[in-house]
Amino acid sequence: MSDFFTFSDPNVRLVTAGTILLGISAAIVGTFTFLRKRALVGDAIAHAILPGVCLSFMITGEKHPAYLLVGAVLAGWLSLLVMDYLSSRTKLSTDTAIGAVLSVFFGAGILLLTSIQHSGSANQAGLDQFLFGKAAAMTQRDIWVFSGVAVVLLGLVLAFFRSFKLISFDPAFAKSIGLPVRRLEFLLSTITVLAVATGIQAVGVVLMAALLITPAAAARFWTDRIQVMILLAAAFGLLSGLFGSWISYTAPSMPTGPWIVVLLSMIAVVSVVVAPKRGIWARLRLQRSNARKIRQENILKAFYGIGEAADAPVATVAVDMLRQQRPFEDIALQLGLRELVKKGLLHKHKPGSYALTPTGLQESRRVVRLHRLWELYLTERMNYAADHVHNTAEAIEHVITPEVEAALLRELDHPILDPHDAVIPYQNPSKPSAS
Amino acid sequence: MKTAIETHNLTVAYNRRPVLWDIDFQIPEGQLIGVLGPNGSGKTTLLKSLMGLVQPSSGYVRLFGQSLDEVRSRISYVPQRESVDWDFPISVREVAVMGRYRKHKLLGRLNKEDHRLADEALEKVGMLSFADRQIAQLSGGQQQRVFVARALAQQADLYLMDEPFAGVDAASEEAILSLLKEMKQAGKTVLIVHHDLHTAHQFFDWMVLLNTRLIKCGPTSSVFTADYLKQAYGGQLTILSQVSDLVKARDFPIRERSFKDQPK
Repeated sequence: MSDFFTFSDPNVRLVTAGTILLGISAAIVGTFTFLRKRALVGDAIAHAILPGVCLSFMITGEKHPAYLLVGAVLAGWLSLLVMDYLSSRTKLSTDTAIGAVLSVFFGAGILLLTSIQHSGSANQAGLDQFLFGKAAAMTQRDIWVFSGVAVVLLGLVLAFFRSFKLISFDPAFAKSIGLPVRRLEFLLSTITVLAVATGIQAVGVVLMAALLITPAAAARFWTDRIQVMILLAAAFGLLSGLFGSWISYTAPSMPTGPWIVVLLSMIAVVSVVVAPKRGIWARLRLQRSNARKIRQENILKAFYGIGEAADAPVATVAVDMLRQQRPFEDIALQLGLRELVKKGLLHKHKPGSYALTPTGLQESRRVVRLHRLWELYLTERMNYAADHVHNTAEAIEHVITPEVEAALLRELDHPILDPHDAVIPYQNPSKPSAS
Repeated sequence: MKTAIETHNLTVAYNRRPVLWDIDFQIPEGQLIGVLGPNGSGKTTLLKSLMGLVQPSSGYVRLFGQSLDEVRSRISYVPQRESVDWDFPISVREVAVMGRYRKHKLLGRLNKEDHRLADEALEKVGMLSFADRQIAQLSGGQQQRVFVARALAQQADLYLMDEPFAGVDAASEEAILSLLKEMKQAGKTVLIVHHDLHTAHQFFDWMVLLNTRLIKCGPTSSVFTADYLKQAYGGQLTILSQVSDLVKARDFPIRERSFKDQPK
């Protein structure tokens, strides 16, 4: 491992640097592909490039990277034109057009590849590596050409960043202020084709879409700012390129390209799970905290209900009384009671017997108040029948924020009774009671 | 009064089906103009062809007596809110400052003045305190106000707005409406595609009533009559729509080749 990371071997240094650069440029260009919702198009372009590469080899008889790039770009562009034509001029839907172009071009590419391999050309060795990439087998000349292209692409994206952002977000507005939208889209598409054409050196035609789209998709989970998103996507491209090269260096039978994609996928999976706010983990936690809140507030409500029925604040309440008041699940009830004691809203007298603390009493009044306010709002303002509002209010009482509560109080003018003639409890019971 | 907008024989077809047919009208400067008509009557298409976003099959548009390209910097366009992806990762301020982009500054940077004008526009629609929020976190009405702010930042003389009141809460409606009045006082012309007949006659002082063809264009009092509204909304145009269907089904051209468009 240390061998690799000292980068003392100039060849390792070069291959790694090249791979990283290709990864970064694909990730940054891919951010716009992702934001314009054209991920599938990116995949189709990557596959469609294969026949171009094969043809340029058949014509020139050489594997010079510049020739291969020209072939790749021409084929990529042709595929874009065909997709556009099919979806705008025929009755085929866009996804059909993309699928058709992908498979027809790729099929043609495989056909050409097979015929090259059977032609016995001395120079043909390694052409099939376009399928899955050949990062470690890149020659110095390859690396210089492809890295050069990658740097140019990065420069272009940087220079046109503002315009690309606008045409990705709102192309109609961009056109209305006179931006040359068609030409900018042409430029962005060409950049994408070039990024794909260079990227397939690292990961190959089949996996290219992953290098283009996955970094952006993963980055989107972490941020709401396009600038941060692009930097994150670039960082993901960099990391996967670096560690992909490292793995194939330490375990020589391991291919670089597939490893890069595996690493990117791992980054994406981690992002989907742990990213704040958008991640699965964050959503689960939010749901759990909602469930906790509902559990606790229902118990508080039961305490209030018992006190209300007795027409006097009850000193202590046995757990059995709570069960009679409301059909709690046993585990939830025990859990909720413990949480409430911990929060200082309940006071445990002896095993199986609890009392509300002063804050607990306030809190129980609040929940009941929200329930009854919402019932009143539904009957008074939304014309629901009084016997139809309870179940809705059972759910809504837990979501209402202090701002909404204030709005409800204003709207209903601090009402005294709910639709079932129960008293709405206020924080400082200064309002005259109904009885 | 000078003319702000005029169209001549404006005809637009989508997939060969005519959506606007021979529209001719003139609108003076300094008015709040409502474009009204039933669903699918070509309101949005009219706006898009004024803005050069759809290519007319025939006819032409003049803004302030000139072609669009000559006066583009004086025109501002507010697309329908649903036309963009509000989950796009940018902030409110970034959207507003897009109103300061210029075609000859494709690569150049925005300067302090641009940012100041964008913030000022956000202030006017009451969205400055949301400037750093991501746009997905806004309500529909707030998103619409951000779009209006972007248009204000353009500092144009003619504003073309597509359904700015659709799906908008009361507070946003009020904010936009009072802004429109302010703009009118400043001598701006505002053309608005609107769907709600109940509010239309209070909002606008001029109206364009459409249903594929032009029903009537003029001051509200002369257009907003039972007779014209019935023509726009009530009457079934069976023969006209039959012919539209024919044109589409047979892939017919909407104009013959000899037709002359613009007088040069």
